[in-house]
Amino acid sequence: MVSEEGYYQALSERIGEENLRRLKDSTVGVAGLGGLGSNIAMLLVRSGVGKLVIADCDIVELSNIHRQNYALEYVGRKKTDAVADQISKINPWCRVEAHDIRITKDNVSIFSDCDVVCEAFDDAEQKVMLIESLSAMGKRIVSGNGMAGNGPANDIITKKVGNDIYLCGDGHSDVRSEGSLMPSRVAVCAAHQANAAVRTVLGLEP
Amino acid sequence: MELKVNGEMIKTDISSLYDLITDMGLNPVRVAAELNGNIVPRAEFKNTVLKNGDSLEIVNFVGGG
Repeated sequence: MVSEEGYYQALSERIGEENLRRLKDSTVGVAGLGGLGSNIAMLLVRSGVGKLVIADCDIVELSNIHRQNYALEYVGRKKTDAVADQISKINPWCRVEAHDIRITKDNVSIFSDCDVVCEAFDDAEQKVMLIESLSAMGKRIVSGNGMAGNGPANDIITKKVGNDIYLCGDGHSDVRSEGSLMPSRVAVCAAHQANAAVRTVLGLEP
Repeated sequence: MELKVNGEMIKTDISSLYDLITDMGLNPVRVAAELNGNIVPRAEFKNTVLKNGDSLEIVNFVGGG
């Protein structure tokens, strides 16, 4: 059985003591637990983030498995429950606040304690709604925009807009026109978002 | 008047943010707009009057996630 002390000692040896201290003290939000959010959450917990606020109102479906970070055993379960279960298997000392709700401008305050929030919805209008709402709260936002289709991984970039909005993606590949969401390309975008969130926590994105 | 839109200077006679966005061929409900460093809610696009020298970031969002 692994102890909490042993777990964080091993993590510290790989990511560095100061990085771990900052990450362990942080709270990061993940809005939407699909192809982006389910992968972002796993990267954040592995990075040592102390608390995750996760939100999604869907259940895991068979059509999700190819690109979303769920095993077959989770089909039919709430995505919030599935992510919380996986987090507990990777770092049982990571605190999780799970909201099985559809995010609207009226309940976006669930993210008020977060240092940074990753927007991981699939619908473009929902993305803009969240950015508007979080921006009004003065929150740092890392959004996914454009990762559908078979384009090169190198087209996916992280771009800062204004003071508090980071956009990850190629900016144009829409699932409706591209017709597909490929697991590797979605994961590249998710990793960009997780990296921007981690860098924010580490004070590297002032 | 001259505006800075997504880093590039443009000359235009369009005076409302809403009209600028539609003139760019974009659907305003999928757009996040920042005017001089502040996010403008979509409900305010039509009432937002642009002035010479304004700096804008117009971000068109696409689906998928």
